[in-house]
Amino acid sequence: MSTTTMAKALNDGLRAAMERDPKVLIMGEDVGRLGGVFRITDGLQKDFGEQRVLDTPLSESGIIGAAIGLAVRGFRPVCEIQFDGFVFPGFDQIVSQLAKLRYRTQGAVPVPVVVRIPFGGGIGAVEHHSESPESLFAHVAGLKVVACATPADAHWMIQQAIACDDPVIFFEPKRRYWEKGTVDPDLGAAPPLHSARVVRPGSTLTIATYGPMVKTCLEAATAAAEDGQDLEVIDLRTLSPLDLGPVAESVRRTGRLVVVSEAPSESSITSEVAARIQQECFFSLEAPVLRVTGFDTPYPPSRLEDDYLPDLDRVLDAVDRSLAW
Amino acid sequence: MEEPQAWVPGDPRSRPSRDQVVAGLKGVDEGGVELVQLLTPEGERVHHEHFDRYTADVTLDDLKSLYRDLVLVRRADREGNSLQRHGELGIWVPLLGQEAAQVGSGRALRPSDMCFPSYREHGVAWTRGVDPTELLGIFRGTDHGSWDFAARRFHPYTIVIGNQCLNAAGYAMGQRFESKVGDRETGEATICYFGDGATSQGDVHEGFVWAAAYDAPLVFFCQNNQWAISVPLERQTRVPLYQRARGYGFPGVRVDGNDVLACLAVTRWALDECRTGNGPVLIEAFTYRMDSHTTSDDATRYRLADEVELWKLKDPIERVRVHLARRHGVEQEFFEAVDAEANELGERLRAFCRAMPQPGPERMFSEVYADASPQVDAQRAEYLAYHASFAGEEEQA
Ligand SMILES: Cc1ncc(C[n+]2csc(CCOP(=O)(O)OP(=O)(O)O)c2C)c(N)n1
Repeated sequence: MSTTTMAKALNDGLRAAMERDPKVLIMGEDVGRLGGVFRITDGLQKDFGEQRVLDTPLSESGIIGAAIGLAVRGFRPVCEIQFDGFVFPGFDQIVSQLAKLRYRTQGAVPVPVVVRIPFGGGIGAVEHHSESPESLFAHVAGLKVVACATPADAHWMIQQAIACDDPVIFFEPKRRYWEKGTVDPDLGAAPPLHSARVVRPGSTLTIATYGPMVKTCLEAATAAAEDGQDLEVIDLRTLSPLDLGPVAESVRRTGRLVVVSEAPSESSITSEVAARIQQECFFSLEAPVLRVTGFDTPYPPSRLEDDYLPDLDRVLDAVDRSLAW
Repeated sequence: MEEPQAWVPGDPRSRPSRDQVVAGLKGVDEGGVELVQLLTPEGERVHHEHFDRYTADVTLDDLKSLYRDLVLVRRADREGNSLQRHGELGIWVPLLGQEAAQVGSGRALRPSDMCFPSYREHGVAWTRGVDPTELLGIFRGTDHGSWDFAARRFHPYTIVIGNQCLNAAGYAMGQRFESKVGDRETGEATICYFGDGATSQGDVHEGFVWAAAYDAPLVFFCQNNQWAISVPLERQTRVPLYQRARGYGFPGVRVDGNDVLACLAVTRWALDECRTGNGPVLIEAFTYRMDSHTTSDDATRYRLADEVELWKLKDPIERVRVHLARRHGVEQEFFEAVDAEANELGERLRAFCRAMPQPGPERMFSEVYADASPQVDAQRAEYLAYHASFAGEEEQA
């Protein structure tokens, strides 16, 4: 058991996966000598060489497209996209090839590619560096989409994603990279990759969230506890397929659900959760499912991100509105 | 030891060795034999059979004014860097070392020409009459650039690598469709800036294809500063970048990107070609990024100090200063006056930056669409009311 940052936990997880399987490759812009702009791959090229950790040309379509070819050849590439907003030049390869190759070949050609994307805002960056495009990927059949929220999950989920025979779009909450948590590298049974998890049990109301908002929601739950409200917080962890079992089970007890994400709300993960819980738990609900999200605007200039990103107060405001129903 | 064989492209018996490839890319001899240079690093004016005529009208006053531009642009850049260090800017993208490429090419443009920058083109912005204060919002996080895009004919900065090349191709196609091409005097052209790393992106390749297919009056201006963050040029290409143009069917030229006069001449030529209907053209400005990629980058992790030292000897400003002093007897007073002006500019930028207002939350919702969006309107109303409820609390407290 050790206390470590999410960045280090990911680095250790990647290292473990590479040691375990010589077919695991890391590829992306600046991942080698520099160790990635967030240093997630720090030191890996030094230890595994330039053929296992590839500093690629500056071309996202190339990174994903070549990774697909390498996977066809039996490798297990892990691609790093530098920032969320730069995945789109590679979007065509992801949607047209990565997502569909298994289906097209009826299982004959599996494509075990992981695409790591640091996502979300809160770091004061310029345009295209703070986006939350996860719903776009969740909408594409054939992809698995997950988001880690803690160092422990980051450490295990990246290894599980690499071991998975399906393509996995792996979202990392970049503003949590430097936050610490405990990681047990000898843990025998990490929770499965595609399962939601109750991170704070409670009885008054359920909050379902993922990625960078998990911490914000836990803080909101702590603040609410001072007012005598006992909130349950669920980290969805997997966005496609969604694991709504624990959410439904929770809502049947609490009768109330607030879904929180910093992505825009229209046609999103939060819409999907709200729609399905409304359908499944209609008779248990004491209030409509409420959502707290970013706005349906492009991500604003960074001086406005405190307005854009849901914070503790906006979460508590929704909690109050739900309880007042 | 076996003699390295001469490489004859197309001759199957000869092949370049890995070292020859890298040498060609790096252009160890000041950028290679095909490098266009009019002013050496020592400040000597050298003559060029073809490109001299494009600077024939450059007077001493023009040279002094180019020098002034270079100094002021560097000063604005250094001020940006230090504003970031003082926490006034979230990030800064330095242009140190690339002043000549930007000022030389930018000064070749006419007001009616259009320009599509990437994100490091503060020097080009200067030549378009964009005040450096208008760049600050991008890096402070208050806006995405506040200059008059249409009036300046200077497009917003583009951060997604390569995107602007296709946008520029489309714009230049428009110039052709509107018959603004064909006359040296009245013709229009477009210039598009991108880096060496960008040449690996599909959009840049597609931009070449489109511009060629429609004979677009478009100058592709690649600032080859040798690095794409930590990745050296060899990881993007096996041939010198200017030679790639051949494959798309238009001319490519490599110019000394640290030579403001050569950049001016070559860009004037290229724009002329475009105006008269012979576009597109690719210019590779062979230069060097003297600072880190951005203020968030640490270049010592991937780059040798020796390389930087070598390029210091090719400084774009120093050679003009030496040339003015030695060849034209320009007095010290002139240089001091320019320095004083640069200091004033630095102070003005600093004061402006510190006084920049925080945008209100309504900015977040404005101009998402031309038509009203019920969704965004509702979110705006709800959020502003929510926001106002806090303002009330603060006043009470
Ligand atoms: C599509 C895309 N991928 C990645 C990035 C991140 N990034 C920003 S600048 C840069 C390197 C660019 O190098 P180059 O094109 O040579 O231009 P330079 O910055 O050296 O002027 C990278 C990888 C980006 N902005 N856009």
